[in-house]
Amino acid sequence: MLSDPDLQKLIFGRFSLEDIPFHEPILQVTFAGVAVVGLAVLGVITYYRFWGPMWRDWITSVDHKKIGIMYIILAMVMLLRGFADALLMRAQQSMAFGENQGFLPPHHYDQIFSAHGVIMIFFVAMPFVTGMMNYVVPLQIGARDVAFPFLNNFSFWMTVSGAITIMISLFVGEFSRATWLAYPPLSGSDMSPGVGVDYYIWGLQVAGIGTTLSGINLIATIVKMRAPGMTMMKLPIFVWTSLCTNVLITAAFPILTAVLALLTLDRYVGTHFFTNDLGGNPMMYFNLIWIWGHPEVYILILPAFGIFSEVTSTFSGKRLFGYVSMVYATVVITILSYLVWLHHFFTMGSGASVNSFFGITTMIISIPTGAKIFNWLFTMFRGRIRFEVPMLWTISFMVTFTIGGMTGVLLAVPPADFVLHNSLFLIAHFHNVIIGGVLFGMFAGVNYWFPKAFGFKLDPFWGKVSFWFWTIGFYVAFMPLYVLGLMGVTRRAQHFDDPSLQIWFVLAAFGAVLIAVGIGAMIMQFTVSIRNREALRDTTGDPWGGRTLEWSTSSPPPDYNFAFTPRIHDLDAWSDMKQRGYERPREGFRAIHMPRNTGTGAVIAGLSVAFSFGMIWYIWWLAALTFVAMIAAAIFHTFNYNRDFDIPADTVVRTESERNSMLAAQA
Amino acid sequence: MRTLLQGLVLPPLFMLLSGCNLVVMHPSGDVALQQRNLVLASTGLMLLIIVPVIALTLWFAWRYRAANETATYKPDWYHSTALEVVIWTAPLMIIIALGALTWISTHTLDPFRPLGRLAAGRPIPADAKPLVVEVVALDWKWMFVYPEYGIATVNELAAPVDRPITFKITASSVMNAFYVPALAGMIYAMPGMETKLHAVINKEGVYDGLASHYSGSGFSRMTFKFHGLKPDGFDAWVAKAKEQGTDLSREAYLALEKPSEGVAPRFYRSVADGLYTAILNMCAMPGKMCMSEMMHIDASGGAGKESHENRERLQYDNRRLEQGDEPNGATAPAAGRAPRSEGSPNDQGSPENKKAPPTKSDDLQIHHH
Repeated sequence: MLSDPDLQKLIFGRFSLEDIPFHEPILQVTFAGVAVVGLAVLGVITYYRFWGPMWRDWITSVDHKKIGIMYIILAMVMLLRGFADALLMRAQQSMAFGENQGFLPPHHYDQIFSAHGVIMIFFVAMPFVTGMMNYVVPLQIGARDVAFPFLNNFSFWMTVSGAITIMISLFVGEFSRATWLAYPPLSGSDMSPGVGVDYYIWGLQVAGIGTTLSGINLIATIVKMRAPGMTMMKLPIFVWTSLCTNVLITAAFPILTAVLALLTLDRYVGTHFFTNDLGGNPMMYFNLIWIWGHPEVYILILPAFGIFSEVTSTFSGKRLFGYVSMVYATVVITILSYLVWLHHFFTMGSGASVNSFFGITTMIISIPTGAKIFNWLFTMFRGRIRFEVPMLWTISFMVTFTIGGMTGVLLAVPPADFVLHNSLFLIAHFHNVIIGGVLFGMFAGVNYWFPKAFGFKLDPFWGKVSFWFWTIGFYVAFMPLYVLGLMGVTRRAQHFDDPSLQIWFVLAAFGAVLIAVGIGAMIMQFTVSIRNREALRDTTGDPWGGRTLEWSTSSPPPDYNFAFTPRIHDLDAWSDMKQRGYERPREGFRAIHMPRNTGTGAVIAGLSVAFSFGMIWYIWWLAALTFVAMIAAAIFHTFNYNRDFDIPADTVVRTESERNSMLAAQA
Repeated sequence: MRTLLQGLVLPPLFMLLSGCNLVVMHPSGDVALQQRNLVLASTGLMLLIIVPVIALTLWFAWRYRAANETATYKPDWYHSTALEVVIWTAPLMIIIALGALTWISTHTLDPFRPLGRLAAGRPIPADAKPLVVEVVALDWKWMFVYPEYGIATVNELAAPVDRPITFKITASSVMNAFYVPALAGMIYAMPGMETKLHAVINKEGVYDGLASHYSGSGFSRMTFKFHGLKPDGFDAWVAKAKEQGTDLSREAYLALEKPSEGVAPRFYRSVADGLYTAILNMCAMPGKMCMSEMMHIDASGGAGKESHENRERLQYDNRRLEQGDEPNGATAPAAGRAPRSEGSPNDQGSPENKKAPPTKSDDLQIHHH
C-alpha cells in the first residue's frame, strides 16, 4: 500500500491488502450476503429512526431483562454462523473421497472446524446460558436487578466484542487452524505464525473478561439479593443451578485467561512455556486448558438442567420430585467437575493409576446426573403432563441425553477411550450431550420464558415443526458418526480414502439439512408469533400455570420487576401464593430507586475490539492508543455521579393499577 | 407404523451395517480385542440402567399425559425416601462394578506395560523377543525404524503375526497420535518425548493406520498400511526393504523431515547410527545440543553462567523458519517476511491447487518457495 516498507509496517503492522481474501469465492459470496443483510438492517434502523431508541433503551441499558434478551439474540445470530460452518464441513466430508478433494482445501477446512467449535461454545452456548440466567434469576429471587447493573452491561458488550473479533477474521486475514482449544506446539508461533491464532486468543480473552465478571455479578446477586424468607433451600432450582454455574465460571475462567496469556507470551515475546525446546512443556497446556475446559462443560449443562427442572414441574402440574437431592446432586457435580479433566487426554501416556483415577471420578459424576434424570422422571410420575413445546424439548432431552451420557461414561473407561478417542464416536458423544442437553434446554427455556419477556406466547405449530426437525435431524446427523467412530474414522479429516465410508457421511449431511429445516422453522416461529402477537397475547403474566416468582409479575414485567419485594414462605413461592389466595397490593406504593443507563460499557467494549485488532495485526500504535483510551474511559466513568434515579410513585401506581384492572377484566 | 419401521427402515440399516467394516468391533490384534470386549462389557453394564430409564420416560410421558383422565394425579407428592435410596444406589452399584472393571483393565491394558499373552489362552513363549519399532510422526508422514534389522520405512509398517511388538513413539514437530485400529488403541506421539505401545497382531492382513490427533494441513493424508505377515513373509518384506531401499543418512532424514503431504511408502536399507535417539532428543540437525546432554548438565548441577552459550544450540527450529523454508499459509511479518496465503495466485506448489490426489505421486512433495 505504501512504498516505504518501514512506514507501512509502522502504520499497518503486518496488515496488507493481500490479507483480504478476494480470491476465495466462498468468502466473497458470504461477504456479499453479510454486506447486503447488514446494509438492509442499517437502512431499516435509519428509516424508522431506531438509532436513538436503540442507544437509549438497549445499548446503554443496565436492565437485566434487556441484557438477557440481547445475550440470547447474540447467541441465535452466532448459531447461524456456527451452523453454516457445520453445513460446510458436512458437505466437504460427504464428497471428499478418493480422487475428489471436495471444495474446501485443508487451509480453509481447518479454519472452519476451528471456528465452528469456538463459536458454538463461546458465542452460542455461553451467551445462551448467560442470557437465560440474566433474565430469569433476578425475577425468580424477587430482585429488581442484578447486584452490579453497570457491570452486567459491560460484561455483555465485552462478550459481543469477542464475537465481533472472531467475525472480523472471516473477512480480514484468516482464523486459527489450530482447533478450538489451540493446542501447542501447533498453535505456537513456529507452527502457526499467521494471525489466525491471535484472532482466537484476543477474541476469547476479551469475551472471557465479560464472562468472568458476569459470573461474579450473578453470584453476588443470588447470595445477597434474595427476597426475604427465601432461604437457600427455598431457592428455585434454576437459581441453584445458576449459582453453581457461576461459581464454576468464577473459578474456571481465570484459568483460561491465564493459560491463554501464557500462550500469548510465547507467541508475542518469545517465552517458552509451551514450546518444544528450551524447557517448554506442551503437555502443561493440555492440563491447564482442560482444568478450565471440563468445568466449562458443566457451566453449560447445569443451567439447562435447571430449565428442565422448572419445565417438568410446571407442565406436569406437580412440585419437583426430590428437590433436596436435586440440590445436592448439583453441588456434587459442581465439585466433581474439577476432578476429571485428565479424561480428555488419557492417550497422552499418563500412568495406569492416574488414568484410572480420572476415569473413575468421571463415572462418579454420572451418579448425581442419573439421580437428576430419575427426579425428572418421578416428577412426571402421577402428574398431568401438558405437551407444550417446552415439555417436548424436555422429553426429547431425557432420552437423548441418557444416550449421550452412556457413551460418555464409556469414553471414561481409559482402555475403551484408547480405541475411541479423537474418533467420530467422540464427536457424536459430545454433540449428543451438548445439542441434546444444552441446546435443547435453551430451546425449552426460550419457549418457556418468551411470553414472560415479550407478553405473547410463541406459535406452537412452528415450535413443534422445529422440535421434530431438530430431534430427528439430530439423530440422523449424529448416529452415523457413532458408526464411523467404530470404523476407526478420526475427527478433523478433510479427505478420506475409503469410499465405503461415504454413505454414512451423506446420511449425516442429510441430518444436518433436517436440522437446517428445524432452524428455519424456528425463524418462522418467531416471525409468525410476532405477526400473530395479539392472538397469542398473555395478559395474565402466568400463561403456563407457573410455580416460581417470575410468573407473579406482568408479561413483560415492569422495569422495576416487583412493586413490593415479595415475602417467601415456601419453595415454589408463586404456587404457594396462589394456593393461599394471594391478593395484589392496591396502595402504599412508593418511588422506586433504579440504576441509570450508561454508555461506558459499550464504549470500552468497542475500544477493546480496536485494541484486539491492533494486537492481532501488530499495529502497535493502535493497540497502545486504545488501551490507554479504555483505562481513561474506565477512570472517567468513576467520576460519573449521575448513576441512579427514582421511578416516581405516580408511575408505579399507574403501572400497577393498569395491571390490576387487566387482571380484573379477566376474572 | 411399526410394520413400516420393520419393513422399510430396518433392513437397509442392517445392510449398511453389515456392509461396512466396524474395525473397532472386529479387531485382529489381542490388545484391540480386549479393548473391544471392554467396550461391550461397559456398554452392557450401563444398558442395565439406560434402557429402563428411556422406557420409563416414554411410558410416563404417555401414561400421565393431560388427556388421560384415568391416570392418578398427585400434585403434592414430591418425596419418597425409599425411591430416593433406589435412585442413588442403582447408579452407584453400576458405577462400583464399572469402576472395578476400569481399575483392573486400565492397569492390564496400560500401553507402557509389556504384553502378558499373545491371545486368550496363549502365553508368550519363553524365547520370544519383541519386535522393536521406533515410530516418528513427521509433518505429515510416519517414519518407522527397525533397529533389529537396520531398516526404516515411511508410511508402511509390517510385523509378523503372533510376535509381541514394542513401539517407541516420538514426533518431530507437533503432537500427533499413532493409531492402528485393528491392532491396539492409540497413543500420542510428542516431540522431545517418548511414549510406548505394546501390541501383537494375530491375523494376517493389511490394516489401516492413521494419525488420530490433528496436526496441521497434511493431517488427513497422514495414513499408512500396516501389514500383518507370516514370519517368512515378514523376512521377505525386510529383504525387499534392503533391496529396494536407499540410505537414511542424517541429511536424508533432514530432507524427509520437511513438511510434505500424501507421501507414498518408501524404504531405507540402512539407518544412520543413533538417528532415532537424536530425533527424540531434538538434535538430529548438525550443531544442536541433545536434550539428554542438557539434562545431564543440569543433573550435575548446571553449567553456571556459561550455559547461556548453549542457548543457540538448544533452539529447535523444526519448521526451518530461520532458513525461510516455512510452510504454506504462513504469514510471519514479525520476522520481516512478506505475508503469504495458501490460495494466492503465485503459489503453484500447494497440492490443493491440483486436481489429482497427491497420494499418487511417487516422489516426496516438499514445499519449496
